[in-house]
Amino acid sequence: MTEATKYETVIGLEVHVELHTNSKIFCGCSTAFGAPPNTHTCPVCLGHPGVLPVLNRQAVDYAMKAAMALNCEIATESKFDRKNYFYPDSPKAYQISQYDKPIGEKGWIDIEVNGETKRIGITRLHLEEDAGKLTHVDGGYASLVDLNRVGTPLVEIVSEPDIRTPEEAKAYLEKLKAIMQYCEVSDVKMEEGSLRCDANISLRPYGQEKFGTRTELKNMNSFRGVQRGLEYEQWRQADVLDSGGTVVQETLRWDDAKGVTISMRGKEEAHDYRYFPDPDLVKVFIDDEWKSRVRATIPELPDARKARYTSELGLPSYDAGVITSSKKLADFFEESLNYTKDAKAVSNWIMGDLLGYLNANNLEIEDVKITGQGLGEMIGLLEKGTISSKIAKTVFKAMLESGKLPQQIVEEQGLVQISDEGAIKAVVDQIVTNNPQSVEDYKAGKEKAIGFLVGQVMKETKGKANPALVNKLLVERLNQ
Amino acid sequence: MAAFDMRLQDLHNQLHSKEITVTDLVDASYRRIAETEPAVKAFITLDEENARAAAAQLDKVLHEGGERGLLFGLPAGIKDNIVTDKLTTTCASQFLSNYDPIYDATVMKKLKAAQSVTIGKLNMDEFAMGGSTENSSYAVTTNPWNKERVPGGSSGGSAAAVAAGQVYFSLGSDTGGSIRQPAAYCGVVGLKPTYGLVSRFGLVAFASSLDQIGPVTKNVEDSVYVLQAIAGHDPQDSTSANVAIPDYTAALTGDVKGLRIGVPKEYLGEGIDPKVKEAVMDALRVYESMGAVWEEVSMPHTEYAVACYYLLASSEASSNLARFDGVRYGIRAENPDNLIDMYRKSRSEGFGPEVKRRIMLGTYALSSGYYDAYYLKAQKVRTLIKQDFDQVFEKFDVIIGPTAPTTAFKLGTQVEDPLTMYLNDICTIPVNLAGVPAISVPCGLADGLPVGLQIIGKAFDETTVLRAAYAYEQQTEHHKLRPQL
Repeated sequence: MTEATKYETVIGLEVHVELHTNSKIFCGCSTAFGAPPNTHTCPVCLGHPGVLPVLNRQAVDYAMKAAMALNCEIATESKFDRKNYFYPDSPKAYQISQYDKPIGEKGWIDIEVNGETKRIGITRLHLEEDAGKLTHVDGGYASLVDLNRVGTPLVEIVSEPDIRTPEEAKAYLEKLKAIMQYCEVSDVKMEEGSLRCDANISLRPYGQEKFGTRTELKNMNSFRGVQRGLEYEQWRQADVLDSGGTVVQETLRWDDAKGVTISMRGKEEAHDYRYFPDPDLVKVFIDDEWKSRVRATIPELPDARKARYTSELGLPSYDAGVITSSKKLADFFEESLNYTKDAKAVSNWIMGDLLGYLNANNLEIEDVKITGQGLGEMIGLLEKGTISSKIAKTVFKAMLESGKLPQQIVEEQGLVQISDEGAIKAVVDQIVTNNPQSVEDYKAGKEKAIGFLVGQVMKETKGKANPALVNKLLVERLNQ
Repeated sequence: MAAFDMRLQDLHNQLHSKEITVTDLVDASYRRIAETEPAVKAFITLDEENARAAAAQLDKVLHEGGERGLLFGLPAGIKDNIVTDKLTTTCASQFLSNYDPIYDATVMKKLKAAQSVTIGKLNMDEFAMGGSTENSSYAVTTNPWNKERVPGGSSGGSAAAVAAGQVYFSLGSDTGGSIRQPAAYCGVVGLKPTYGLVSRFGLVAFASSLDQIGPVTKNVEDSVYVLQAIAGHDPQDSTSANVAIPDYTAALTGDVKGLRIGVPKEYLGEGIDPKVKEAVMDALRVYESMGAVWEEVSMPHTEYAVACYYLLASSEASSNLARFDGVRYGIRAENPDNLIDMYRKSRSEGFGPEVKRRIMLGTYALSSGYYDAYYLKAQKVRTLIKQDFDQVFEKFDVIIGPTAPTTAFKLGTQVEDPLTMYLNDICTIPVNLAGVPAISVPCGLADGLPVGLQIIGKAFDETTVLRAAYAYEQQTEHHKLRPQL
């Protein structure tokens, strides 16, 4: 009996995305990542006595933009509440968050898994301030507090429990990340903490309507980690149920190195956050004018782009999906098309050589120097026969590293294809004269001898001779 | 204190004609403090060195004929819950006994621009919680009129210092009557402006939706000038109103002909000292004689105001005071077992009993399962109380009544009885809940102790409040009475 057939998995995700506004949500301090500890602070974000928060409107704009891109209904009246709890990363001992009037509610996004599209509901998107960072030292005897991150604006995006597999969870996160990236509201870098994900997971027998007891998973630091953590937890809960036990509702920490979930009980007492409206802030009224101003800033989103690439450019759905999963990659693709009409060729180079190189070296498109113009022009040179596909590989590699345009690379390295019949004929004559044995073999019917002769011509021309022309001229010469 | 009894205009004329200097005024202030402080104990911290340096600087301005601010050279006392850069700000709490702020409150910047001189920080009930200043963890301030009596609170130091002639004016804060009640008890003028008129940035929050900074002065005219200096929109305070600030000297007409006065029967009902009531009735007769008209009105939700206030103010306080955790500033308990123990010990050692009582009350009121019955219900009652005011102000320009039901009570008599203490605020609390402005002016003595008359106005209509107060003052001599110290 396996869990995969017996139980249905129910997953809901809570994702925190840091908004990359210039300044913090309630004071003027910088939100830049990586500054020396406690240098991006002021009396307000340090929670000194007497200070007051002032809302950064750009944070509201960004949150609205994100909510709209997730198809949420936007509140006309929103407000901020205090979430009270004591912890040294929270200087006021309360977090300013949103309780019952979030910026956005009732949204959705579509994900694609195994070629099938599925809609995942978004319960709500709300705005809040980030906490600081603690570093535990001296074997846990002391903790250092860095409050640079305090007050960085965050949106918390809560999904409906619509996700059914760890794979769907990963697809949901990838789509969410792409949408945030397209909207340019966040860097969405999980390794820098600008995107964080907690998951709720429960199992129930197929056909049962009532949800099973859920556990909450924390500390998953990559999309792969989310998937693995959920796979493990799915297996663990099934095991508990199979052996007649009951799942305990608790918070678990994913240990990526050991590949197991570990209970955090003891630390996680039952919290009563005593939410109440923050009396230091006034309500936010969002009128139609504000909404349309923000809506106008939303670019074409991944789904729309993908649809355009398949219907207008004839790209396979899979290729279009891969290219549009990253805004920068899709922008690169479109930039290339300003220099060539062959979308399929551009797509092939991206799917093959470019992503192959990026994945092998664990890089993103912005980490390499190649430009869309470069790829587009290179495809043009190929079409014209200026370079061979073999030379193109060399040129492509050079573009990745130098960012130079193909014409310049071809000239600097003398890579122009020789298509001058006279010049090739001379080399062909020379090779035929120098290899009488191969000529005899060919004439005796050994067809493959011609391959050797072509290779010799290519070698003599340092690979620059047009291979088709070489072939044609050799055959003519041998059949004389 | 001859200099401090002078009208501001006359004082400025004497400074201008070089009959006196700012240094003289600051000298006079510290001399008077030296004489009276052993009995009064109004101050927690004196800032003599900086005050003298500031006075010398202002004398230089005077000498060079430079531009002079509205409050030029006036010695001022500041309630110790208003944050003063580098000058210890304790809120009368042991928790902040070592707290030297790293910024100035907006009102302090405004006072600096108006060129008053900060003499020191004034005693108060710890974190402004109390009505007698007995909840200070530093000293018991006494009433300058009778050292057996409380000065009122929480701004007891602010009122006592002005009454004792230690400073020309002071700033207090008012959450449920904390400027007006001590002003009444000490026979001085205390103004609580409309919520949002004066920036709260740098006022250590007790109850954010109720707190307001205001002046304590010897007369209404001075109150006008101090208000003029500290009022105004502050982009650092989201609850600060973006309204044009009128010229409040327009209130100094002495004319109240046709002024319509509402007198709530609930403010003169059960529990009011008959002599206080008599003083208020006398004041109403003065208004009549000046051509104003008054009528008894009803504000039916008054009886719920105290309960409503203690739920809302304590709820907000429980959250506002959570930042005093011993992590970044203030005291931290030695050798805690762990993090929770560090919080528990630091807060147990740092806070006094009244502060703990209100934190617990507020924490309870906000707790899951009780929120609707307490916090939410209190918010609804607050709306009803506001409506009481709206209805009266449809027909009347101001509301007049006593500031407090009694005169200053004896030290030590109510500390152990918080509920009786809370009821002293019955006339002042509804004003904070409604967010409207009110002033307390002296209206006579009862058994040798000052009685305060409260004049309440419409939101942002300080001008009418001040006009009514000034006209009354012009007709009477009560504000000229001084305690014998």
